[in-house]
Amino acid sequence: MDTKFILSILVNNEAGVLTRVASLFSRRGFNIDSLSVGETESSKVSRITISAKGDDYVKEQIVKQLMKLHDVITVELMDLENTVMRELLLVKVASERGELNEIMQAMSIFRAKVIDLSPGSVTLELTGQGSKIDAFIEFLIPYGITELCRTGITAIGRGDYILKNNLKEND
Amino acid sequence: MQMTGAKIIVETLIEQGIDTIFGYPGGSVLNIYDELFKASDRIKHYLTCHEQGASHAADAYSRVSGKPGVVIATSGPGATNLVTGIANAYLDSSPIVAITGNVAQALIGKDSFQEVYIAGVTMPITKHNYIVKDIGKLADTIREAISIATTGRPGPVLIDVPKDIQLAKCDFVPKAAPAPKGPGKVSDEAVEDAIELINNSKRPFIYAGGGVVISEASKELLDFAERVDAPIGLSMMGLSAIPASHPRNLGMTGMHGKFAASKAMSESDLIIAIGTRFSDRATGSKLEFTKGKRFIHIDIDPAEIGKNIPAYVSVIGNVKDVLTRLNTLLPSFERPEWHREVAEIKESPENNGDVPSDHLTPRALIKEVRKHMPEDGVVATDVGQHQMWVSLYYSFTAPRTFITSGGLGTMGFGMGAAIGSCIGRGRKKTVLFTGDGSFHMNLNELATAVTNNLPLVIVVMNNGVLGMVRQWQTLFFDKRYSNTTLNRKTDFVKLAEAFGATGYRISCADDLSSVMKKAFETEGPVLVDAVIGCDEKVLPMIPPGGTINDIILEG
Repeated sequence: MDTKFILSILVNNEAGVLTRVASLFSRRGFNIDSLSVGETESSKVSRITISAKGDDYVKEQIVKQLMKLHDVITVELMDLENTVMRELLLVKVASERGELNEIMQAMSIFRAKVIDLSPGSVTLELTGQGSKIDAFIEFLIPYGITELCRTGITAIGRGDYILKNNLKEND
Repeated sequence: MQMTGAKIIVETLIEQGIDTIFGYPGGSVLNIYDELFKASDRIKHYLTCHEQGASHAADAYSRVSGKPGVVIATSGPGATNLVTGIANAYLDSSPIVAITGNVAQALIGKDSFQEVYIAGVTMPITKHNYIVKDIGKLADTIREAISIATTGRPGPVLIDVPKDIQLAKCDFVPKAAPAPKGPGKVSDEAVEDAIELINNSKRPFIYAGGGVVISEASKELLDFAERVDAPIGLSMMGLSAIPASHPRNLGMTGMHGKFAASKAMSESDLIIAIGTRFSDRATGSKLEFTKGKRFIHIDIDPAEIGKNIPAYVSVIGNVKDVLTRLNTLLPSFERPEWHREVAEIKESPENNGDVPSDHLTPRALIKEVRKHMPEDGVVATDVGQHQMWVSLYYSFTAPRTFITSGGLGTMGFGMGAAIGSCIGRGRKKTVLFTGDGSFHMNLNELATAVTNNLPLVIVVMNNGVLGMVRQWQTLFFDKRYSNTTLNRKTDFVKLAEAFGATGYRISCADDLSSVMKKAFETEGPVLVDAVIGCDEKVLPMIPPGGTINDIILEG
């Protein structure tokens, strides 16, 4: 049965690494729901967080195939119970004067922020779990979303657990 | 010592023990070729007619010698011509290092003349690839590339070197070639689980593949089979791993495998897969294939475990290490009942259906060639019916003597492969079996064989059709022979002569032994045009997705 899963991948910060990781998914016939990437505490290492869906076979294969890439340092199938996941949403709404108040009220419930305001539109920022972001978008649709972007999920283990404890063998 | 990048490439290859390379010059590798010219007493370059031939030669060179094969090509079309060869090496786990020139970095991304992003093109068909952007890293990149290609599960690595890097200068500090790796770790727990399964099995079957050849574990495999008291079936890539005449060897399994091998495999309760990846050509219907069986999967690549067939127990590691380990721990089993059953299968008429014929049959042709070849003589093939006939009838005896395109099934592989095999074996007599379809794809390399006066015996099984596809059209497409009847007027004897080789023709069974004798006595490359019937089939055949019950034994 297909379930959602999150992969955290530490990679050498080399040109082309993102392509190698992303193309591996398409070559093996697996889909990516979201992908986010950035440098880590070491400038030599980047961290990629991939959200995808698949059954146990897909999960096992993708982890093993990723481990074979020379530039991949470690791959972790995140334990969703013990992982903090966040996503950033930026959304622009064409708002009439009267509507702004309603939006403001919802914003305080969702803990969103206004990051830009102009006579015809308001731009909002929200950080949170995917489900919270989905709910906020759902709320905004009637007001007229003119532009929307979200970063994709980034994730980190709870407590003392750190990813590099799980380094690839032989490297 | 200050050197140019071009010189560093050549010096690093020599430092790493490379003395033979294949390739084709061009604008973006002129400087490398200039250095090869100067170093020609230390490293021998073989010029082919086409980069594809060079890539197959490097692949075959590594398969017969166990050393990495190196191929050089220029940017753009030179690099893209390598692609089939690289993919072929990737699918058959062959350690080749491809070095491509590229336009200078300032011209990259501008669609410059002969510019192709070859690193992007080859990303999914290499173990790893590089674009060298810093002259200071060039030597270490080449060293690392050779190491990646040859360690673990072997495979191709590509290094793209822009022209300005070849011209730039840098200090070159020689490093020793890396010491060979000692035995790797093998999990105790996995070994114990495997032993328990073997212990509980009544009818174990060993299914061995190319991993046994690559890790040179033939002796360990036979010891293991004795201990377990099990028959052995081989994948095509594993065919030369143990002698065909060995009593435990039932031959090739799978779509065109021997009846006995496929039958014993289907009757077994435990399949011990060693250095093989359960290709769809080997398993047929996965559902039926796995029914009522347990699997032990031994492989160096963890990603192969559970990829095609779910394994009950897996042991990750170099096949030789794992088998050595198992052999020290396993008691000797005796399974007289299973033994008898397998012997019956082996002696059954289904497994011995080859009837003598007055015509020139592929089988007779192959058996005749076999008589002229020593046990360690190398046989290369192209892809198609002739390849399967060789797999079924040649009786391989020594590892690394069967050089064929397994995973990718590359028609046109043969000529380059025969050249690389012959060179990799110190120019010993080498046979290429090919078909008129495959041979037409890359027959240009006949010129390479002639230029280098290589002792190749090229047997063209000439049936005037694309036989394997025709066979499928006969069996599954109601004899609609769409585009498989060749109607070509090529005279292969004249063709051989035009290239400067010797050509003979065998048109009937009576000529077989005398012509073959002449061919093997000929110096340099010789082509034998062997005319066979267009409806000779490769049998047995288990139709795609089928089982042993669907096996076709007679045409």
